[in-house]
Amino acid sequence: MNKKIRELIAKAAFKSKASHVGSALSIVEILEALYFRVANYSKENYKSDDRDRIILSKGHGSLALYCVLVLKGIIPESYLDKYFVNGGKLPCHIDMNSAPGLEASTGSLGHGLGIAEGMALANRLKNIKSRIFVIIGDGEFQEGSIMEALNSIGSLNLNEITVILDNNHFQASAASSEITDEKRYPKIFEAFGFETVITDGHNVEELEKALKTKTTRPLAIIANTFKGRGFSFMENTLESHYIKFDENKLNIALKELSEGES
Amino acid sequence: MRMVFADTLMELAREDERICLITPDMGYGILDKFKEAFPKRYFNLGITEQNVTSVAAGMALCGMKPYVYSIIPFVVHRSIEQIRVDVSYMNLDVKIVGVGSGFEYGAAGATHHGTEDISMIRALPNMNIYAPGDNDEMIQITRLSSKHNKPSYIRIGRHNHGIINGSKIELGKASIINKGKGIALIATGNALPLAKDYYEYLKKEGLNPYLISMHTVKPIDRDCIINLLKEKCSIYTFEEHTILGGLGSAVAEVIAESGMSTKFKRIGINDEYSHVVGNADYIRHCFGLDLEGVIKSCN
Repeated sequence: MNKKIRELIAKAAFKSKASHVGSALSIVEILEALYFRVANYSKENYKSDDRDRIILSKGHGSLALYCVLVLKGIIPESYLDKYFVNGGKLPCHIDMNSAPGLEASTGSLGHGLGIAEGMALANRLKNIKSRIFVIIGDGEFQEGSIMEALNSIGSLNLNEITVILDNNHFQASAASSEITDEKRYPKIFEAFGFETVITDGHNVEELEKALKTKTTRPLAIIANTFKGRGFSFMENTLESHYIKFDENKLNIALKELSEGES
Repeated sequence: MRMVFADTLMELAREDERICLITPDMGYGILDKFKEAFPKRYFNLGITEQNVTSVAAGMALCGMKPYVYSIIPFVVHRSIEQIRVDVSYMNLDVKIVGVGSGFEYGAAGATHHGTEDISMIRALPNMNIYAPGDNDEMIQITRLSSKHNKPSYIRIGRHNHGIINGSKIELGKASIINKGKGIALIATGNALPLAKDYYEYLKKEGLNPYLISMHTVKPIDRDCIINLLKEKCSIYTFEEHTILGGLGSAVAEVIAESGMSTKFKRIGINDEYSHVVGNADYIRHCFGLDLEGVIKSCN
């Protein structure tokens, strides 16, 4: 599954010459675990009130989400030809009105957790018991609004919320380690009242296990990942944030996918 | 007026179980009755203006009708980007309720004054802006706002200035309180009493001005302004708000594109903060926003 997702990402990245590919590649397994193993979310129920909701708060990783929603049969595959192009359908940062299955418009960082909190509060009023998952970036974790939301979610013990931190170690213009100390992340979550699990963000089994952690508290998963995961010319590099796919890179990417292990 | 809002919302909440009230720790003594009546639909989520705006969006995405209540500079200025993305861009049924328009929180200082909020919200697509000029308009606007699902900003004053309009209002349509001739006074929100004072003054001078409550600033009632131009009225706008981007600007835009011209003046706050110490009426006097000041600047 992860190979198929990466193949769709590479092809759409080539057609569009879009950036933010590295940020999409780091969340492939996170999305696979959520959409194909854990969340109650399908082509049949994605409009129902009691579905689980998945918010990609790091909206610049949208391409991975679009590809996963294509594989779920919710977004038509033809839409991928219309990603990030003039007259297209799918924008670089998520516009919830652009395609089915998108829970919120994101791209400006630090919004998704608050939206999830509102969904949880509304669901409780409506006696709906479903889970809400929010994927945030490690750069996004620097936003003040994230701290506001964590404090509030922890204080209200909204344990239907699970936040997944895509810890890919790079942000737009620097390695995250140049900006902040990642050793703080679990302490921050714990301090705000979250059950905190650290896992390999590219191992779907491990992610599934982490996402199914039994707890009475809101859950935080620190998923250690690599930006640009899967393609040798960009994996674990700062450049992967803005790198563009030319034909040569596409060919290398497809070759590596066909040769590599899943 | 705050109390009137809170009481009206409480009545509405009885009729519509989707209505929720969210506050970033504001409304002491004002929201208490709502809290007691509907403890499950009242949320004091702490001093987190950015987050509560996103929370409201999340609630709206799940079918609720949240009202977010705080003092204007906190609920608007502090969270303007959350309003832009989560409310305006996503076009959700969230009502932002700002109290303390203009100088209402006088002695609290400029950090608590609501003097640029209309301009900021007016620039955001999809948003509707309502500014009740008296308690009766407050009741009607609160009621009408709950009947539609458009993202909206409700800008309310603080104190009771009596009933000035008193007619049945329609959102998006100016209320003509007095149909006059040759001169029109258009006011919004807590500047309506000042316009009323100037109206009485002009009446004594032998004139018969229009007195108009523009309780809906966005969308502006273009037809009303065009009709005034056709009747060759000079136009004066009244707002307790910067003259840059608020009611006066909205009216000026209509005049400028109408192909007609008239004598026009904006009465409001001139591109500056208050560094004056004193209550709202004292600051208004210092800024020429009392009858004496208006007579001086308009004659």
